[in-house]
Amino acid sequence: MARIEGIAGESDSQTSLKVRRVVAYVVLIFLVLISLLPFYLLLINATRGKTQSGLKVIPEGLFARNLRNVFSDNFKTNYGSFLRAFANSVIVSFFATTLSVYFSALTAYAIHVYDFKLKKPIHTFILIVMMVPTQASAIGLYRMLKGLGLTDSFIPLILPGIAAPAVYFFMIQYMASSLPLEIVEAARMDGCGEYRTFNTIVLPILKPALAVQAIFCFVANWNNLFLPQMLLDKQEMKTIPVLLQMIKANIASNPMTADTGLMNMFMVLAILPVVIVYLLLSKNIVGGVSLGAVKG
Amino acid sequence: MKKGISYAKWGYIFLIPFFVVYFIFSLVPMLETFGYSFLDYVVSQGSVSSIRGGGGGADTIINHGFCGFKNYSDVLKSDGLFTLSFKNTTILWLVGFIPQIVVSLLLASWFTDIRLKLKAQGFFKTVMYLPNVIMASALSLLFYSLFIKNGAMDTMLGHPDMLNKVGGARMVVGLINFLMWYGNTTIMLMAAMMGIDTSLYEASQIDGANPTQVFWQITIPLIKPILAYVLVTSMIGGLQMYDVPYLIGGTTGNPAGVLKTLVSQIQLGKNSSIGAVSALSILIFIVSAILGFITLKVMDDKSVKSMYDVKKKKQPKKINMATSRK
Repeated sequence: MARIEGIAGESDSQTSLKVRRVVAYVVLIFLVLISLLPFYLLLINATRGKTQSGLKVIPEGLFARNLRNVFSDNFKTNYGSFLRAFANSVIVSFFATTLSVYFSALTAYAIHVYDFKLKKPIHTFILIVMMVPTQASAIGLYRMLKGLGLTDSFIPLILPGIAAPAVYFFMIQYMASSLPLEIVEAARMDGCGEYRTFNTIVLPILKPALAVQAIFCFVANWNNLFLPQMLLDKQEMKTIPVLLQMIKANIASNPMTADTGLMNMFMVLAILPVVIVYLLLSKNIVGGVSLGAVKG
Repeated sequence: MKKGISYAKWGYIFLIPFFVVYFIFSLVPMLETFGYSFLDYVVSQGSVSSIRGGGGGADTIINHGFCGFKNYSDVLKSDGLFTLSFKNTTILWLVGFIPQIVVSLLLASWFTDIRLKLKAQGFFKTVMYLPNVIMASALSLLFYSLFIKNGAMDTMLGHPDMLNKVGGARMVVGLINFLMWYGNTTIMLMAAMMGIDTSLYEASQIDGANPTQVFWQITIPLIKPILAYVLVTSMIGGLQMYDVPYLIGGTTGNPAGVLKTLVSQIQLGKNSSIGAVSALSILIFIVSAILGFITLKVMDDKSVKSMYDVKKKKQPKKINMATSRK
């Protein structure tokens, strides 16, 4: 980010520069406020009661009540156990992320390191596949899994992680800039097998890229609604976003009996893990968004 | 590797997991979807599936076999499934994307301005990217509860009851999409702008160009590839819009069905009108394939070609792909 400070033209109207700076800060602060306001209101509303009418900016005292209600038997019979859904989300996200990151690195390694006839066509093919939304084949997938009796299973949510074109693309870009082929050759000279070279020598080099992609994959899986909603019917298999969608459907159909405080508390708990991870690793995450773009 | 003859097989071996999984979970379902799209195929469930999901009784499959392009002509009629939901999706996408690209361009040019020297950039970027990592369905439900009649925002704005008005509901969805993506787009555009040779800016300053001129004459032309890339990937992302409008509008896409998107039709039709929904899926595939082809063309010289054709000559500037992740 090192930039040569403006050498020339510095003298031309310092006042207009000041005005521009003030305008910039005002706009930025406004955007910060509208980005954070919803979350502030969420926290406030999680301390409010069953029916919430109007705007409150100061918390009320029902935080503990709402928290208890999320873990109550009543909630369990209505929507299923929160802890169970939480565990399901963790399981699916963890395994899908691990598979995505490991196998995308392996796929990228195959294309990056080896020379074979189909290398370029396969690379192009994966890039094309990357552009096709998974939803386009969802109906076929659903009918197929239904036929196989695999709809209430985590397998179709976890295994497809192995073929993650976007992660592949990121990995191969990273390898192009940070994985010299000489290292692989040196390992061969020392008699290291190809698969072992990948696991013991290449993976450690890729660590920064693996970490960034792992964060993004985990968040994407944690937040995923479409496919889990399509596949998971059994209450004890559902993930957090699916439960959330059920709560919304219930509130929309029975606005009289709906517990808004409970709903807001559920949302706080649903986004909390990601918010914590984000705040701890925000530097890496924000940096990771454009990683590869700034790398020459 | 120029002497990798004996190693070539390892390339193929390491590609096996990807292609096996791709074959089972993507290619075969895609082909099946393609097949269904030509069938007069309807499933009716034994009992109406409840809000909690899960059909009750046994499904009755009504499959009248091959029906040619009837599904396609049905969904493409002026009030057909595809036509309506494509229109809805496009409007919802535009309402979010237009402010997003304007604000992102502005912010990125401010952040990278060598004379402006904005402070606390890390803080601003962190806050702006935050909504992107939040569960889209939670964010949408939150906005639903804020904008619903007598909700906090509804009260703050003087009870416009936006969610029950066509324009209002579109604006709320657009606002959520804007909040989720403007930080991401800003960071992408910043990366592109920081790649611009600073001497160009210095030269323009010496020539007495004002900030507006610099922006339109230097910055914009030089970041065109990444602008095009942002545009097309956002379109592909927009095609897949589901969580936000679904959580706001529910299964009926209220108000007046304007929140029904392409992908929500797939979710709703999975246990009913298989033929029609499959035709819709294939049309989504075709549209995204065209968009994807454009993306590849845009990245072409920058990434696809240079990576393996002119390897080792010089490190090409690569266009970032981080956004293709949903």
